[in-house]
Amino acid sequence: MIGDVWAYLTAAGSWQGSNGFAVRIFEHLQYVAGALLVAFLIAFPLGLLIGHTNKGVTVAVNAVNASRSLPSLGLLTLVVLFSGLGRAPVLVALTVLAIPPILNATYAGVRGVDKGAVNAARGMGMTEPQVLWQVELPVALPLVWSGIRSATLQTVATATIAAYVALGGLGRYVIDGFAVREFDEMLAGAALVSLLAIVLDLALAFATHVSVSPGLREPRKRRLTSPLKRPAPGNQSTAPAAG
Amino acid sequence: MDWGWIVDNRDLILELLIEHIWLSAIPVVIGLAVALVLGVLAHTYRWAYPPLLVVVGVLYTIPSLALFIVLPVVLGTQILNPLNILIALTIYSGALLVRTVVDGLDAVPPAVRKAAEGLGYKRLTRIVTVELPIAIPVIVAGLRVVTVANISMVSVGALIGIGGLGELFTSGFQIRFVTEIIVGLVLSLLLAVTADLLLVFLQRKTTPWDRLGATA
Repeated sequence: MIGDVWAYLTAAGSWQGSNGFAVRIFEHLQYVAGALLVAFLIAFPLGLLIGHTNKGVTVAVNAVNASRSLPSLGLLTLVVLFSGLGRAPVLVALTVLAIPPILNATYAGVRGVDKGAVNAARGMGMTEPQVLWQVELPVALPLVWSGIRSATLQTVATATIAAYVALGGLGRYVIDGFAVREFDEMLAGAALVSLLAIVLDLALAFATHVSVSPGLREPRKRRLTSPLKRPAPGNQSTAPAAG
Repeated sequence: MDWGWIVDNRDLILELLIEHIWLSAIPVVIGLAVALVLGVLAHTYRWAYPPLLVVVGVLYTIPSLALFIVLPVVLGTQILNPLNILIALTIYSGALLVRTVVDGLDAVPPAVRKAAEGLGYKRLTRIVTVELPIAIPVIVAGLRVVTVANISMVSVGALIGIGGLGELFTSGFQIRFVTEIIVGLVLSLLLAVTADLLLVFLQRKTTPWDRLGATA
């Protein structure tokens, strides 16, 4: 069976035409990129604001928790029933699901910045925007990236499900394949969408590595300076990213 | 809203709700058991943790619908077997909880560890009877995320035939019947909130010493 799927995946014909892999991957990426872009434009500034001013934290926490428990399939079917078939409703639903991880990570990142560093920056005469851009954001950046990563995974997965209610994307193979019990096609779709998720995640991990200040890469160096045999890294900051 | 439909179909709705509960709860329990074993091992044998994180990260990256479909091939099960959903969700739960368990164990104050060592605790006894209880709040925080995520992910299974309340979404969508979808959404949200409150309650009960710190 795996051989059949491999043959299907590597056949030149499978990649061409309007139902070919190339087109479907492109459609999938369009969904993901569109939703992420809009979600980022909303969630990132809002997260910075909440994190910096410490106002509206409860609202943000509750919104994030509520959206985590919202079943994506239910949201998609409801949105499409109300606003009709098409890509726009799906993009709206994908955006709604991509906002919370970015918002959550951004405000948690900014809030978690060492108060000593923030006060030192103020003491040096930095204005509030300078404190935010030059101190808080760079320190919060790893967490912001982790939020973008989980939003990306969420969007790739949900865009697959969206094939049930809409057009295009790699979910087509899964949904259409299931309808006619064509397992090779389903498996090929599942494999491609998993691969896409892994590639995007690696790309974002690389982006994180490149953009985060070397001074923030903690665990290794600390081990050299610590007199203890095994110091507790205590990096709980990575925990809230999951979703 | 068509209230009459809800009354007429209460048996079906209840049946789907119960299916939803065990489809999302069993993976949390098994996932936690696996994560505790792997987490304690990774905490003890530090070299094993980075490779474990890579495996866990890759597993977590696979979209749920894809995993539901790939598992029957790997396991040799039928596509309509609920086991596929259970195992897929167990993989996600375990993958997320391993990190939580290790984070929780790492956050135990070194002084506590040293004190336990000084009292003569052997490594495994110390981890199980001293460090794990102290890590409960962190682990429960992870459990809450996993439980809520499972409850929302079970619905996706409806696309391949088994999905608890998710079946209300697919059938409601096919016949363009909004009430059915809203019933599914509301029950799913209520289930998530109830499960979350239950876990908070359990944490209070299992960590009475933490209550003073929590309210401060």
